[in-house]
Amino acid sequence: MIPPLIMEQARRLGLSMIAITDHNTCDNVEAVIEASEGTGVHVLPGMELQSREEVHLLCLFDTVLQCHEWQEVVSRKLPPLSNKEEIFGAQFVVDATGEFVGAEERLLAASADMGLEEVVAEVHSRGGMVIPAHVDRPSFSLLANLGFVPESLDVEALEVTRQFTPMTGLERWPQLKSWCLIVDGDAHRLHEMQNRTLFKIAAPRVEEIHLALKGEQGRAVVVDWPGPSQIS
Amino acid sequence: MISVKEIVEKLHLEAVSSTRSLDRPVAGGYASDLLSCVMKGAKKDDIWITLQSHVNVIAVASLIGLAAVIMTEGNRPDQETLNRAESEGVTLLLTPRTTYTVVGALNELGIKGNP
Repeated sequence: MIPPLIMEQARRLGLSMIAITDHNTCDNVEAVIEASEGTGVHVLPGMELQSREEVHLLCLFDTVLQCHEWQEVVSRKLPPLSNKEEIFGAQFVVDATGEFVGAEERLLAASADMGLEEVVAEVHSRGGMVIPAHVDRPSFSLLANLGFVPESLDVEALEVTRQFTPMTGLERWPQLKSWCLIVDGDAHRLHEMQNRTLFKIAAPRVEEIHLALKGEQGRAVVVDWPGPSQIS
Repeated sequence: MISVKEIVEKLHLEAVSSTRSLDRPVAGGYASDLLSCVMKGAKKDDIWITLQSHVNVIAVASLIGLAAVIMTEGNRPDQETLNRAESEGVTLLLTPRTTYTVVGALNELGIKGNP
């Protein structure tokens, strides 16, 4: 997934906002933002953080600076292990054209030593927002690892996988009925990118997304749920 | 049946909450770090061994009616978790040792898992 191809796929899908959320890093964010110039697609800088509980959390910010400052916090909380490319894959950093810039040698497929609520509070204090990722996945997810959504969790929405359907999902996890759910691609490959979550917002900013997830001030979020036969 | 108290003494565990119910008997053992699995697999009066220390651990332990929870590898509950454990009457026991080691020691004490 190199930046020009991401932008091309975003254009094909009619996306006007995407977020770049590599695992425990935001080193590729600037390259994609640069590649997005002139395309009309807004790129939110972000990260998919793995918490102490091994729960994946989308951390989204407005600016690259906020994101990098967050990365510094996260880096200090990662174990000092080196990546093993044959197992975890290469951790490339690329430029806006997709050219190889370097490889992250530290293992990013690990947990940061920060608890779930600690992550939410820290990201909020930096002006960002947290959305627990793919909560219906059988691993690395809020529902699998922690059993249910903690009652005091200070987030506005939960992300579900593209395979999630309200009919079966809400029956299995009745608690989700009271939550705003969004569907993202969690795309590790171009064809996994999705265009099923529509935000009605005034600008592509964290504050606006917050309002949309809460359904306040005329902002809204609409998800296109598939029928059982339409799941890709 | 062996009591929580005997386990605390034999394994040198640190009891940090609901220490007044240490006389409770332990029927069996269960180990997992996925709380969704614990909710399905652990049984009432079991002792649960995990390295998770999130507040949800207390809710799960209380829901199932576990005899106690052992948090391994030096993981410590935060104050909110401790308060919740106290109010729910859930006994939390801490150890620097690994889950593997603790489970082995519990087996030697005759505490078996569910078949």
